[in-house]
Amino acid sequence: MPKSKSLPRGVVVVGAGMSKFGAFAEKNSRDLFVEAFKEMTKSVDKGLDPSIIETLYIGNFTSDQFERQAHIAPILTDAVGLLPRPALRVEDACASGGVALRQGVMAIASGMVDVALVGGAEKMTALKTAEVTEALATAADVSYEIPAGFTFPGFYAAMATAYMHRYGMKPEHLMNVAIKNHDNAALNPYAQFGVTIQKWMEGRIEAAIKKGKPAPTWSTIWDFLHDEAGNPTVAWPLRLFDCSPVSDGAAAILLVAAERAHEFTDHPIHIIGSGQASDSALHDRPELTAIPAAKIAAQTAYEMAGVTAKDIRIAEVHDCFTIAEIIASEDLGFFAPGEGFKAAEDGVTARNGAKPINTSGGLKAKGHPVGASGVAQAVEVFKQMRGQAGERQVAGDVPVALTHNVGATGSTCVVHVYERRN
Amino acid sequence: MSEPTIPVRPFTAAAFNQYLGEKKLMAAKCKKCGGAFVPPRAICPKCHSEDIEWVETSGKGKLAAFTVIYSGPTFMVEQGFDKKNPYVSGIVELEEGTNISARITGLDVSKPAEIKIGSPLKVDFVKFGEGEARKTYLAFKA
Ligand SMILES: [Zn+2]
Repeated sequence: MPKSKSLPRGVVVVGAGMSKFGAFAEKNSRDLFVEAFKEMTKSVDKGLDPSIIETLYIGNFTSDQFERQAHIAPILTDAVGLLPRPALRVEDACASGGVALRQGVMAIASGMVDVALVGGAEKMTALKTAEVTEALATAADVSYEIPAGFTFPGFYAAMATAYMHRYGMKPEHLMNVAIKNHDNAALNPYAQFGVTIQKWMEGRIEAAIKKGKPAPTWSTIWDFLHDEAGNPTVAWPLRLFDCSPVSDGAAAILLVAAERAHEFTDHPIHIIGSGQASDSALHDRPELTAIPAAKIAAQTAYEMAGVTAKDIRIAEVHDCFTIAEIIASEDLGFFAPGEGFKAAEDGVTARNGAKPINTSGGLKAKGHPVGASGVAQAVEVFKQMRGQAGERQVAGDVPVALTHNVGATGSTCVVHVYERRN
Repeated sequence: MSEPTIPVRPFTAAAFNQYLGEKKLMAAKCKKCGGAFVPPRAICPKCHSEDIEWVETSGKGKLAAFTVIYSGPTFMVEQGFDKKNPYVSGIVELEEGTNISARITGLDVSKPAEIKIGSPLKVDFVKFGEGEARKTYLAFKA
């Protein structure tokens, strides 16, 4: 691997916003992108004249399949009034947003542009669940993986069996990740599932009583999570609450050259490291209990940033499934291999823990409109680092943070490191 | 008279699937470094050599990872699989040292916690579909 080079010019985030994530029958991806754009504009401390935006990079996995609308970048550009600026749709499956961010960083670092809008959008809920499953499956190797009957929950479930075998984890350990991420999402007004699992369970019991049906006998969330009626198995050992939902949503951030940051804010967030790596189908990798491309992307980003895993105060990681968050926490060097599930159990990754992960609620509970997810991670980090995360704000300073975005089973991984200097 | 040469099949998915239809699990072997690859590769990912040949695998392997799927894609549903009749997909480590995704048959899906990683497996071929859509799928039997 060639060594990572440093950015030839500083790049900062000066604005960040997202639409609410959820299932919105009345909204398409352009409506959601407009919402995200307005939120981003509002967040720029000294105000934004949108006409100074020079170019757009937009993460979108597959509007062609989800909305029967390809070539979405100029349509979204038009929707926010930015024609005739150049716009690129960036597609690397669920890592599309994170890779779009990297494109924006490279464009500004190169000196070619000073102001770039990085967005992400996905409208997934117009299709039936089976059709969504099949659209997502096209992110895998359709020639050699899909004929085996694999689905996305299936791939991550297979990684989970390899991990359980190697490290002695039990399926119950995975539930700690879901519980934590729902706890965080309950404090995030933009989250698709802004409720704790406790509240979710109580809602189910109430609904049953209202309908005159026998009330479920769950007395704790653990009863609920262990019951097929509350938490059905999707792909053993993964159950419904181990999986991120099907979502609609969009996110947008404004990147500018560091030397111009003062025009927008006195509190910019510097992007000091960017790493990306590619990999094979899952079966072709030397190990199944880690995601090699994530390790390489992290290493590259750390090296560029001149920081180590210890320096990262909070991280938004790609928890498309609970096992994915545990593996990510190890790939990023926060915990040794085989220790991630214990850290989740011990509360180390909770909002008030030593290494908070997914304070936004993560993909799991905030929602996972795939092309938007990588950009929404940057939105959360921007808010937390500037002390604007409201009720879910972590205690103390957040001088350095990280985002980790994965495409498919890790065939694409992209990691960014952020720094607050004032 | 020299013997007619049999044209070498290209190292493509179509050729790999054609072999599956003949009940052969074939690997692409690099003549330079000896690396064996399933799925096939036209360029060796280890040494970048383009000097590749087809070799038949022993068809023996062991289970590296698996899942019991309760909600599968349409082509699995059409084969009668659903919540009440789940199936196993897995990753198989072949004797030749390369891994492949495959259906895994002959396991007790009602007790997934008792399925053992490392279990020995033998290649199998599952035919499904009608007419032109009839296809051979790679499977391994416990
Ligand atoms: Zn070779």
